[in-house]
Amino acid sequence: MSLWLLLLLPLVGACCIFPARAPLAKWIALGTSMIVFVMSIIMAVQFQCWGTSGICLRSPMPWINSLGLTLDIGVDSVGMLLVLLTTLLTPICIWGSFTAVSKRRREYYAWLLILETAMLGVFTAQDLILFYVCFELTLVPMFFLIAIYGGDNRAHASVKFFIYTFTGSLIALAGFVYVAWQYQVASFGTWSFAISDLTAFASTQMTSTEQAWVLLALLSGFAVKIPVFPVHTWLPLAHTEAPTAGSVILAGVLLKLGTFGVYRFVLPMVPEALVVYTPLIAVLAIIGILYAALICWVQDDIKKLVAYSSVSHLGFCVLGLVALNPIGLEGSVLYMLNHGLSTGALFFLIGMMYERYHTRDMNVIGGLAKKMPVWSVFMVFFVLSSVGLPGLNGFVSEFMCLIGTFISTPDAESYPGVLGPCYAAFAALGMVLAAMYLLIMVGKVVFGPLREPEHHHEHHVLSTDLSAREIGVLAPLAALCIWIGVQPTILTDAMRGSIEGVLAPYPAIVEQLELQEEVAIVVEEEQNG
Amino acid sequence: MVDRLFLLTPEFILLFGAIVCVIAGLSNLAVIRRRVGFIACGFLLASAVSVPFVYNSSAVETSDALFPHLGAYVKFFTAIISIILVMAAGGLIDRNYEHAVAKGKDRFHALRSSGGEFHGLLLLSVTGLMLVCEARDLIWLFLALELVSLPTYVMVAMSRWSRIAQEAAMKYFFLGAMSAGLMLYGFALIYVSTGSLVLQEISATFQAQMAVGGGLTFFAIIGVLLSLFGLCYKIAAAPLHLYAPDVYQGTAAPVTAFLAFIPKTAGMLAIILLLSMIGWERGLPPVIEMSLWVIAVLTMILGNIGALLQQSTQRMLGYSSIAHSGYMLMGVIAGPPLGLTAVFIYLVIYGLTNTGAFATIASLTKEGHRVDRLEDIAGLYKHNPLAASSLAISSGSLLGIPPLFGFWGKLLLFIAAISAGQILLVVIAALTSAVSAWYYLKIIGLAILSPLTEQSQRVTVALKWPLIAAILSAIIAIGGPFALSSMIVDANQAMMLPE
Repeated sequence: MSLWLLLLLPLVGACCIFPARAPLAKWIALGTSMIVFVMSIIMAVQFQCWGTSGICLRSPMPWINSLGLTLDIGVDSVGMLLVLLTTLLTPICIWGSFTAVSKRRREYYAWLLILETAMLGVFTAQDLILFYVCFELTLVPMFFLIAIYGGDNRAHASVKFFIYTFTGSLIALAGFVYVAWQYQVASFGTWSFAISDLTAFASTQMTSTEQAWVLLALLSGFAVKIPVFPVHTWLPLAHTEAPTAGSVILAGVLLKLGTFGVYRFVLPMVPEALVVYTPLIAVLAIIGILYAALICWVQDDIKKLVAYSSVSHLGFCVLGLVALNPIGLEGSVLYMLNHGLSTGALFFLIGMMYERYHTRDMNVIGGLAKKMPVWSVFMVFFVLSSVGLPGLNGFVSEFMCLIGTFISTPDAESYPGVLGPCYAAFAALGMVLAAMYLLIMVGKVVFGPLREPEHHHEHHVLSTDLSAREIGVLAPLAALCIWIGVQPTILTDAMRGSIEGVLAPYPAIVEQLELQEEVAIVVEEEQNG
Repeated sequence: MVDRLFLLTPEFILLFGAIVCVIAGLSNLAVIRRRVGFIACGFLLASAVSVPFVYNSSAVETSDALFPHLGAYVKFFTAIISIILVMAAGGLIDRNYEHAVAKGKDRFHALRSSGGEFHGLLLLSVTGLMLVCEARDLIWLFLALELVSLPTYVMVAMSRWSRIAQEAAMKYFFLGAMSAGLMLYGFALIYVSTGSLVLQEISATFQAQMAVGGGLTFFAIIGVLLSLFGLCYKIAAAPLHLYAPDVYQGTAAPVTAFLAFIPKTAGMLAIILLLSMIGWERGLPPVIEMSLWVIAVLTMILGNIGALLQQSTQRMLGYSSIAHSGYMLMGVIAGPPLGLTAVFIYLVIYGLTNTGAFATIASLTKEGHRVDRLEDIAGLYKHNPLAASSLAISSGSLLGIPPLFGFWGKLLLFIAAISAGQILLVVIAALTSAVSAWYYLKIIGLAILSPLTEQSQRVTVALKWPLIAAILSAIIAIGGPFALSSMIVDANQAMMLPE
């Protein structure tokens, strides 16, 4: 029951905001999200499933019996980590936008709280349709956040964001329903949308052709959200136009819905098809890494640069997912958290700068270290975390994803995969490029001679450098970055059980695939010889 | 005989209501004339309340209709939705005239007042829809369908004092007559091939024909196909959808909402009755299934693409309601039990949310003129947040954003179609729904997000009742999913065959 409370509390908070007076809205929102955060911390401390593959805090409620729909929620260890990320980022976002929002304030905070409910729903849903409902529900608050509070091109950005994701997930829905129908046929007319039922059924009883179609359908939903290379174009636009808190949530949590979807559905549901198409997905991920990195290199707009860097970084995340071994997968999940922390913080920093200078063009602005030393310290810190400086969080996860890819060869002892050193080498190039474009950006914006926009007037509300509130927003993120960088094993140990559970069927399937290929080669040789 | 008449109690109540409305509308007392809408709502409510009593009695067991329990579901929900439709039409008819009479500028003359007739015709049309689900033979079915349509022709003409409305009425009438002819010809051919007009006997003959192995006879197939094409007009499906944009735009918004729900539901029910005579168990004959498939796909594509290009709100919503017929045909193709359940539920959801969208438009006025251009609703949020939010919620529900009501309808249709193996159809439906996101978002964006323009500055919320109807349907769009479970049970029951 406590999980339901966690889920519905933000919704209640959102409802309380509307009758309240506008200046009070932000305090209600902050209060609600802080209570949710504290609750989630308590739940995490008492969580029974750390290190195991089980699903805890399960509390199903009946829904539509004739179709086997239930309101069933519960979390595994990976889901719990992402729940924590969500409950952490939401109050920070609310606190961080105290000065940024001036119009329609009540709605703004209400949408953020509704968004929190939807995101928590995605990470905790144990029923497919409940998952889908929450997955789609995230679109609505985000659409309004971009469309009401965004930049000049906000109408276009919000519609593009909505339509891309909506289209993709409708196809994914068709895939989900297809699996449910197959299950119903196999179980003589009993419908079920429980994720565990459908996963167990699809992974063992569907043919590899059927699995391939399901894979295609699911990927068209999740790949748009992640985003993977050819369908990433909505992201830079949405990020650039979104208000700061919107960008932070978008990068911090919403993109993870895609990778979490892959972890939760694609990996366990369609193993046979996934093994066949892994190289293709990996190639798309690597193209995304390199292509987005090259685009970053030529950006003048700092926010756009960070937005494209998300595309590049999420490529590593996907690569780790399809490495099909624990190191890669753990790295990938860790990457989801780290990217949420460091890129979220970068968006905050850019937002703080924008509030003061009303520009994000790094040709116009520069040398801010002289004017805003505290801001600059944080900027350099989070850029280094994003680049992957050893000792900070980014390094650990990036390294694990690459190692995972590197050792994911067919002849590996435990957990053979279908990638290998070649894939890792190309992906590693992305790390070099990331260092280049991010450090060039830091060099221009933070260091060098002070450059400010010509008609710049001192902001009358904001201090020149960061205020105590702004430092308060960034400091917890920075502390977590260091903590994860130094102690990643606590997290990787916590999620190991779940990850090994997901990967359990893979070694056998990969070996079988190799065997088939060898047989095919032998047959071909015999025919030729 | 008595049992059969007893089953028609909801219809009799409405029939009586129609007469009362017409008489009340002619009253010298303005107090009574202005209450005609309430009288109509009262009779609709009474009709809805009578439904559970009628269908829990023993009369149902002796019924010889194809689906004896169909009326329990359809009659109840149509009566309820019709109440919202009447609310949406509140203040529409005789507005200026009554205003003038009230101010003493004009004297009341019964011939110049049309409020009573309007509500009377509305109730008659709803009666026709209820009669469709009690149809025992083809003549009954045809007469019931005509009873649905004939009042609507007049309602279109009297809804607005303008030439465009007259033109719309003429177009609607002539094409309606043509489609009725087509349908009647189809019925005649079905009679030729089976020698009976009674639905159950036709069904038995069809089953016998198919059991022999040769499938249906040539005339039977042509007959069913022609009837289907005739019914496509009623549900505004391609290729007989072409009248819809013009008529839907030319008519006043509440009447458009009526046209987009009552005749459509009647047509959909008639299609289901026709096809269930053939039955889905052996699979529909390939020609018929193929035609339905093509009609569904064309309707989805033409409806959604057409809506993209519109500058008029009503025309856009008109095209969108064409597209919704296409989605529902998916359920018809899938067949019972899931497909028909899905269609029945979708009809109710679509009827509610579509009415909500039109009702919002109906509540607006631009200095006495009607609001039709899309840009007129720009910045509506600044005038009236409630109206704008209702419009946005209705559009969102029509688009199928979870967790709004519309999503569940679409989900059920998807489930049904996939269970029938129609995966390609579902993919097409998914893609065309994605296209529809574009224009629904345009409505939402204009209403909630846009700043006021010079044009939209002059728009005001003038009518109270349509706004209440819109808010009501928005509330149902949010709260409806909680009733979904029991609705599915009811819809399943509606298709129970006689024992």
